[in-house]
Amino acid sequence: MWKLKRRTPNRSISGDFTNILILLAFATFMSLPLVYAINNAFKPLEELFQFPPKFFVRNPTLDNIRDLFTLMNASWVPFTRYIFNTFFITIVGSGFHLIVASLAAYALAKHKFPGQKIFFNMVIMALMFSPHVTAIPNYLIISRLGWIDTYWALIVPAIAAPLGLFLMKQFMEQIPVSLLESARLDGANEFTIFMKIAMPLVKPAWLTLLIFSFQALWNMNGGTFIYDEALKTLPSALQQIVATGFARAGAASAIALFMMIVPLTFFIISQSRVIETMSTSGIKD
Amino acid sequence: MIIEKANKEEVMPNSGMPTNETKPNRFAKLKGKIQILGREIKRNKTSYYFIAPFAIIFLTFYVLPVLISVGLSFTYYNILEVPKFIGWQNYLNLFVADELFLKSIKITFIFALITGPIGYLASFLFAWFINELPRRVRAILVVIFYAPSLSGQVFVIWGIIFSGDQYGYINGFLMELGIITEPYQWLTNPKYMMAVLIIVILWTSIGAGFLAFIAGFQTLDKNLFEAGYVEGISNRWQELWFITLPQMKPQLMFGAIMTITASFAIHDVIVPLAGFPSTDYAAHTVVSHLVDYGTIRFEMGYASAIATMLFLVMVGANIFIQKILRKVGT
Repeated sequence: MWKLKRRTPNRSISGDFTNILILLAFATFMSLPLVYAINNAFKPLEELFQFPPKFFVRNPTLDNIRDLFTLMNASWVPFTRYIFNTFFITIVGSGFHLIVASLAAYALAKHKFPGQKIFFNMVIMALMFSPHVTAIPNYLIISRLGWIDTYWALIVPAIAAPLGLFLMKQFMEQIPVSLLESARLDGANEFTIFMKIAMPLVKPAWLTLLIFSFQALWNMNGGTFIYDEALKTLPSALQQIVATGFARAGAASAIALFMMIVPLTFFIISQSRVIETMSTSGIKD
Repeated sequence: MIIEKANKEEVMPNSGMPTNETKPNRFAKLKGKIQILGREIKRNKTSYYFIAPFAIIFLTFYVLPVLISVGLSFTYYNILEVPKFIGWQNYLNLFVADELFLKSIKITFIFALITGPIGYLASFLFAWFINELPRRVRAILVVIFYAPSLSGQVFVIWGIIFSGDQYGYINGFLMELGIITEPYQWLTNPKYMMAVLIIVILWTSIGAGFLAFIAGFQTLDKNLFEAGYVEGISNRWQELWFITLPQMKPQLMFGAIMTITASFAIHDVIVPLAGFPSTDYAAHTVVSHLVDYGTIRFEMGYASAIATMLFLVMVGANIFIQKILRKVGT
């Protein structure tokens, strides 16, 4: 639409127009509930329970957010402790996940060794299993390891999330073998090749891996493993507030907003970086 | 152990036809094979260093639990007492005595067959449409479409939107317009429950697959498109089928697996919206049934049997879909 002079081949104007219309319609559907959530977090109590309900906030207030901190400061553990716990497990877990999964993905995508196929098939199988299915045995294993009421119970299993390995391996398969071969001929060892050639080439996949890991850890409730209030995470604090019912509707929307804003911000920041790297790092054979 | 055994054949593919061999001969051959395997493993030890950190954690927290789960499915186990072996009894009960399980299968398939294909197609089409746009617009739209699944538990907001009283946004809106005269029980009336839940699930379904598609579109080989123009590909749909899709197969497979797993494991969205259990068990999925027995009734053996059945269904669905996907672009 905006580049009428230099149109790409195979693109009709009417097609582009329909394309944009469809996207606009669905973008509205996708974003309305989120806009609603944001508005709710700033609504004073009387607007939250108004008939007919209004979509947008009229008299925005920070009461809900203030409520949240006074409410949680009155409890056993300062609210900031939940925030720290969640940030800690999310950052440590995602970081290790990226490194550990990329190492394994490189070997699976670019090496040939006995056991490779079986191992990768097991990873795919694990992808097909919902976490509910392994919840019972997982509890038995973690308590046997003595990890109940530690950060490890949440962090360590997330490091080997099959999703990240699968995704990274798929992306690494697109790296041309000739590139790696020429590095090998120059005498580089496998680890150097991994660090200097493979990893820079799959930068877009880093983001995807980090995002998935971040998302999983950020929303981790940990209810079955963590009983110590000082180690509990943000989602379980949210649940406790929601459970207290109506009077806390405002505080609940404020915390929901916070839960949403952080991963969203992270995604927005890293996404723009990926688009940058993408324009310079095309893989050509 | 498992790895070594299963890979003997890969190392020596022509080891077949053992029928008329004598025993000592076969033994010698086996010994030779193990030696070769040992040498192969030594030669490739770098590869094993690469996968070791992942493999150790993965085997402990993903593979071992599956084996334990299958084992427990043949027992009666309530956590307090030692598991008691009861053979196929759990499976027998599931299909003969547990009507709610049969109902939950039906509900699970309804959810999966509606939200799976629609969510998958939507993810791909949105990614494709978005990819046509200038870079800046593209970045904004990716955020908007991915935000619902990114923001975790925010889907709870739909509970307020579809709330059964007049403060619910939909009810308030429809009543003001005079379309309905009293509030509808969107989330507790079995008549509307499924439809509302499907809308919410679709809203959260632009997830992992969508991101993989976006990233995949960006790594496409530009030269092939140039070649396509020369070869006479004349519109965007032909380009999609003959040039884009064949290059996107890894991402298409990935998206399919994510969609299938998610659509057969629907449960977490239902609980805060329709309650647990839902009215008349109208939205009771297989996972709901599993959670019910695993964390509320503490019948771990029975729950493990449900888990094993669920696993088999998911694997079956995945193999089926992957067979279809292999034909893409041919």
